[in-house]
Amino acid sequence: MVKTFAATAAYLNITFKRVYIMSSITQEQDKLTDQERQYILLTQNGLPIIQEPYHAIAEQMNISVEQVLSLTKSMQERGIIRRIAAVPNHYKLGYQFNGMTVWDIDDEQAEKFGDAVGQLPFVSHCYLRPRFLPEWNYNLFAMVHGKTEESIAKYRGQIKELLKEVLVTRNHDSSQNIITKSNDMLTSTAILKKTGLRLKK
Amino acid sequence: MDNSSSPSKTANLSKSRKCQTVELSALEKQLINLLQHGLPVCERPFAQIAKEISSTEQDVIACLTKLRSEKVLTRFGPMFDAASLGGAFTLAALAVPEADFDFVTEQVNSFEQIAHNYRRDHDFNMWFVIATESTEEIEKVVQAIESKTGLKVLNVPKLKEFYVSLYLPV
Repeated sequence: MVKTFAATAAYLNITFKRVYIMSSITQEQDKLTDQERQYILLTQNGLPIIQEPYHAIAEQMNISVEQVLSLTKSMQERGIIRRIAAVPNHYKLGYQFNGMTVWDIDDEQAEKFGDAVGQLPFVSHCYLRPRFLPEWNYNLFAMVHGKTEESIAKYRGQIKELLKEVLVTRNHDSSQNIITKSNDMLTSTAILKKTGLRLKK
Repeated sequence: MDNSSSPSKTANLSKSRKCQTVELSALEKQLINLLQHGLPVCERPFAQIAKEISSTEQDVIACLTKLRSEKVLTRFGPMFDAASLGGAFTLAALAVPEADFDFVTEQVNSFEQIAHNYRRDHDFNMWFVIATESTEEIEKVVQAIESKTGLKVLNVPKLKEFYVSLYLPV
């Protein structure tokens, strides 16, 4: 049983990855159709947890369930839907610590190494962002989650190990011997505001 | 541009940490682990999931409904690509003097375009997501925050997003 589980999980993961890579190429020129907008408005707060969830959507959209399923698959393939899944509350599962790890890495290698960091199971977001020197020298951001302070420190260490060859050493004020750090981890100490992102009607 | 400002609610993480973790049944754990990876797209997805874990469709539905209503699952269903929904987003930060922190929090949160805002331990101690209809509006909000707070905004929009495979096993 455990084996089927892992196999399914692995299969889904691979499927999603392929879809995502395709989507990053096409996403830009994609405009939503009226039908897709309607689908998003109906499901952005969640899929109904009932025997036939897509029938319920079909009824509301006044189309067949086959059409809803193919619309769903098409939106997945184009990356409009990232995945259809459960998102647990990190805190309730005991993952009470998070750290925004930031890295100053070689631009030439950034895509390759960013991709590798994103594969780590404890990373929830991974982005390349612009630097603003001298006050901000980090171009790679990776958010990590863990159950203890030690675990997120360990995860940061794992990312560092992965990136060790591409970390940039900057010395932005050699006269005063100030050496800019090549990485850091910013832990959150309070949530000041949190709202969901929604498509407006 | 800004909403009527609501008082900033500061959820103190260290306080809430102790009591938040929930006890989960074996089925709940199985479903959380499996469904983080994804739900099959078919007419009876819960029946298919039930088959995988030798449970019943009815039990899977009951269990997921409970997890959803207890907010152990914050979302269940399609996760849409935020940019496909036709908006513009950026991550931004401020280095706020400690004495002004609460006041600046209120100023920043008063903008309806601020979706998330976190306090972090760094010179740049306030990090927030600006979500707007258009790229031009992002720039306007950045400028409005700068003139309101008198602080320089570090604006770091994503240049490239990497696929992640986050998995939080229970």
